[in-house]
Amino acid sequence: MSLALTHYLVLAALLFSISIAGIIINRKNLIILLMSIELMLLSVNINFIAFSHYLDDLAGQVFVFFILTVAAAEAAIGLAILVVLFRNRQSINVADINEMKG
Amino acid sequence: MWIETVVFYFFATLTVLSAISVITMRNPVHAALFLVLTFFSTAFLWMLLEAEFLAITLVLVYVGAVMVLFLFVVMMLDINIAVLREGFIKFLPVGIALALVMFGLIYYALSGDQFSLQAMADPPPKAADYSNTKALGAVLYTDYVFAFEVAAVILLVAIIAAIALTMRKRPETKYQNPSDQIRVKKQDRLRVIKMEAEKE
Repeated sequence: MSLALTHYLVLAALLFSISIAGIIINRKNLIILLMSIELMLLSVNINFIAFSHYLDDLAGQVFVFFILTVAAAEAAIGLAILVVLFRNRQSINVADINEMKG
Repeated sequence: MWIETVVFYFFATLTVLSAISVITMRNPVHAALFLVLTFFSTAFLWMLLEAEFLAITLVLVYVGAVMVLFLFVVMMLDINIAVLREGFIKFLPVGIALALVMFGLIYYALSGDQFSLQAMADPPPKAADYSNTKALGAVLYTDYVFAFEVAAVILLVAIIAAIALTMRKRPETKYQNPSDQIRVKKQDRLRVIKMEAEKE
């Protein structure tokens, strides 16, 4: 029994579903929300690399390279905003961020 | 071939279990550590897919930099976990239902024959002297050089934004002004006054 592309795609689908559940159930905690987004990006990266392997095309890996770059930038800015928010509110509860009433 | 299957199932199970732990842990520090475990086991899966450079990059950049940043922030903030956990049980059924629907839809899309081994055969393993890093660099610096430059600009923007957001001037902090210290004259500091001699 050999590994098919479906194995990796199902694994990525599982990770993606878990991170969606994480966003729903941890909707108060901004840190866990950021971690769930990282998990989502990881599952997409698994898809890209699996397709890159089975199609024998390096473009998928190059794309993952850029996704990693953007994800690192996103995490840095997101955490910086989180720190500033905590300094002003002493809380990272999403429900407390309603000053603009948007 | 069977050893690859065993390795795949072992690390796939580890990935899924640690991902579930990430979203259910009570303590954010434990969640961050389980996220590290998820990244590690995913790096092994990428090794199986012959993406060696990205597997190492995932460990170095994600585990070494991004997750350490997460841990720093989590430990720096004094968070009241109990307040953040309220609604966890209330939204648990909704979350699980939505995840099942999402997984069912993706699984339905994948369940056809288009991604099986018959449709997409496993490519033969690369030769021993094949370098994934070299091949990736060869396309990265030629075909994708513009995107590469843009990625560098994005990182620069992220650095400046993170520093600009978190830098602050505390009004109560005392600090020296060297140019004022150098320019000071004797008259600014010293005052000679005439007075009567005092007797004990």
